[in-house]
Amino acid sequence: MTSIETDVRRYIVDKLLFGRTDTVVNGDTSFLESGLIDSTGVLELVAFLEEQFHIKVEDEDLIPANLDSINALTSFLERKSAASVNSQR
Amino acid sequence: MSQGQREFSADHLKLDAGKEAERIGAFIRDGVFKRLRRKGIVVGLSGGIDSSAVAALAVHALGADRVVGIFMPESDSSDDSLRLGQQLAKKLGIRTFKEDISGVLNGAECYRRRDEAIKAVVPEYHAGYKSKLVLSSLDSSEFRISYVVVQSPEGVQSKVRLTADAFLALVAATNFKQRTRKMMEYYYADRFLYAVAGTPNRLEYDQGFFVKNGDGSADIKPIAHLYKTQVYQMAGFLGVPDEILKRPPTTDTYSLAQSQEEFYFSLPYDKMDLCLYGKDHQLPASTVARAMAVTEAQVERVYRDIDAKRAVAHYLHMEPLLIEPIGTGGRHS
Repeated sequence: MTSIETDVRRYIVDKLLFGRTDTVVNGDTSFLESGLIDSTGVLELVAFLEEQFHIKVEDEDLIPANLDSINALTSFLERKSAASVNSQR
Repeated sequence: MSQGQREFSADHLKLDAGKEAERIGAFIRDGVFKRLRRKGIVVGLSGGIDSSAVAALAVHALGADRVVGIFMPESDSSDDSLRLGQQLAKKLGIRTFKEDISGVLNGAECYRRRDEAIKAVVPEYHAGYKSKLVLSSLDSSEFRISYVVVQSPEGVQSKVRLTADAFLALVAATNFKQRTRKMMEYYYADRFLYAVAGTPNRLEYDQGFFVKNGDGSADIKPIAHLYKTQVYQMAGFLGVPDEILKRPPTTDTYSLAQSQEEFYFSLPYDKMDLCLYGKDHQLPASTVARAMAVTEAQVERVYRDIDAKRAVAHYLHMEPLLIEPIGTGGRHS
């Protein structure tokens, strides 16, 4: 498990499951469809991503393909980090 | 009504308004006099279709002398709300009271708290600005994102994405409005030993478009089973003035005009009605899409949005949690 995925999983358990560990969230479980996240939850998730990973989440990033599962979030963050490194070269 | 007999369309929501008015009338009489044991009904009048229909139904059921209407303008209300409310009350011949709730809201620092929430994301915002809360459209993403739209005193508008904290602070502050209005309605209910009528229609009730212990609170909700288009039919049948029938639905909560689609629903109410009806009757998205002349994918997205809102509404509808039932035993029926 990458450190990004570990951080994301910790956020899911702490903030979306209120510390409950009896619910299994698979890598491809949809946050929307499983009711883990609503419109306020998306804003909270954005705040976490920006603060934890020092990235700027743009309006056009706010789509389920980027944010709706652990796998989607992990690849989104990896892409964002890579883009940020490239832009600094 | 069998779906197999005719193609699904808006006709499926057509009411026999006369028959339905009698049914609701009997429900109001039984509810108010026998179950609630109150002498009449208090209803807050906003000049909108829902409160107008409820007031007209209350008069139809109980007579004008047992219905009290309350106008509750505040600093951000549209002047139309009061004018149209007064027009309706005159037509119905009911007693009315006007309570400007701006003072109570100022006392609770509603406006200051709201302004502070907006300033967190729009630092130049000040009291001379106007504002409203809007949601991104369902077409742009299935995530409905909240934005604040501000308008400077010079008329320049900008739209800024809210942080979670600013969003919650903004909603918590503006919810004072609905809660203050309900408090005022209960003042008059206590004063006259009347019941408070709630005015949500089926869309609002089902989808949680109300403030808990604010407009969501009431003793009786006579139109909560009616789709919004049916509320219009009922209001038309009961003689609600044309200007109210033609007024576009508004939240009347923010200083900039705000439609209900901008704030909550994904589609205009007539289309939302069809989607909600289709979902409740397990109609395939393709059937509803044909009736609305949109794509099947759009209806599927609205179906999912309905489920997402129902999940949020669950908390709003919940009674307080108790360790065990209390006071239900030892009673003879």
